[in-house]
Amino acid sequence: MPERITMQVARYRPEIESDASFQQYEVPCPKDWVVLDGLNYVKDQLDGTLSYRWSCRMGVCGSCGMMVNGEPKLTCATFLSDYAPGPVKVEPLKNFPIIRDLVVEISDFMKKLVAVKPWIVRKEEKPVSQGEYLQTPDELDEYKQYSMCINCMLCYSACPIYGLDPKFIGPAAIALAQRYNLDSRDEGSADRLEVLSQHEGIWGCTFVGECTEVCPKHVDPAGAIQRYKLTATMDWVKSFVLPRGKAKEEE
Amino acid sequence: MTDPTYREFHPRWLRPRMSTYWWLGKWPYVKFILRELSSIFVAWFVIYLLFLVRAVKGGEVAWSSFVALSAHPVMLTVNVIAFFFIVFHALTWFAVAPQAIVAHIGKKKVPAILIAASHYAAWLVVSAALLWLLLRG
Repeated sequence: MPERITMQVARYRPEIESDASFQQYEVPCPKDWVVLDGLNYVKDQLDGTLSYRWSCRMGVCGSCGMMVNGEPKLTCATFLSDYAPGPVKVEPLKNFPIIRDLVVEISDFMKKLVAVKPWIVRKEEKPVSQGEYLQTPDELDEYKQYSMCINCMLCYSACPIYGLDPKFIGPAAIALAQRYNLDSRDEGSADRLEVLSQHEGIWGCTFVGECTEVCPKHVDPAGAIQRYKLTATMDWVKSFVLPRGKAKEEE
Repeated sequence: MTDPTYREFHPRWLRPRMSTYWWLGKWPYVKFILRELSSIFVAWFVIYLLFLVRAVKGGEVAWSSFVALSAHPVMLTVNVIAFFFIVFHALTWFAVAPQAIVAHIGKKKVPAILIAASHYAAWLVVSAALLWLLLRG
């Protein structure tokens, strides 16, 4: 086990350069250090000008997603020693504009996330005095997998469709829409379908499947999208087969 | 005059462009492009089938010239390549089925492997029926 490892870190300083470059740092490489520890070592000991996002260090907040040797990874859950003897190349998440060094611009994702209404939509809220909305463990199991999403955007980085067409609403937003659609307490699936049945919605996905591969929380966004496509198609068929009134009722 | 690419109060964002050859770097991306390409061969088989139907309708001469054309080495090569692409296409289709279909028996979810297996079983049954049709004479 080497005691130190070389990190090649992408730098982009808009005030002095017009393109990104790499800077090398030698960092310690104990067995329990993750890539984020290496970056924190650089920031604290070697070069305080390096910018990157991080928060929880435990794969919950979704802030520290970066490209590690070309793969989208949560840097808090990626061990440096796995890349020994190195070097380890750290770049900002692919498919997003770069603000500075390893920090990417994410407002496009935030807008898309809000567009799919990732919250419980009720046609009529019942008063608090009537108690909570109850749910059985089986009903919870229907959507639990999709609720594990931490908005880390690794899936957007792995998705070439999003890279080629930034209008595509993207894997996490669709998976989160599914999370609420499948929730027994929710009544907002028709609202979401309006956004997701557009060309840039589910039909933009051509099933590369890499979003599912890179997801650190095993959400399976690719599966969510294909499942949604099936639901949307069945709804479309039903609108033809069923009499108008009945189709409306089902909505 | 201000730099038109610079927006006040916003840093200058760097927007790296995706290379035309983005898909060459990673096997899953190559596989995806090959699968997309397979649709051309699916279309080819449909056209080939239509020509076959026309030859059957056209009588013996049309039929034998279709058979002769099909036996041409170029045609054979194209069809062998098309066959492998179509098998690949079918396999990827069956791989997505368990991800897209969530079926329940009673309250229990049907395991993904059963959904995939049922697709393969249906494929086998249809293939066996076709073989029986072709070989019984």
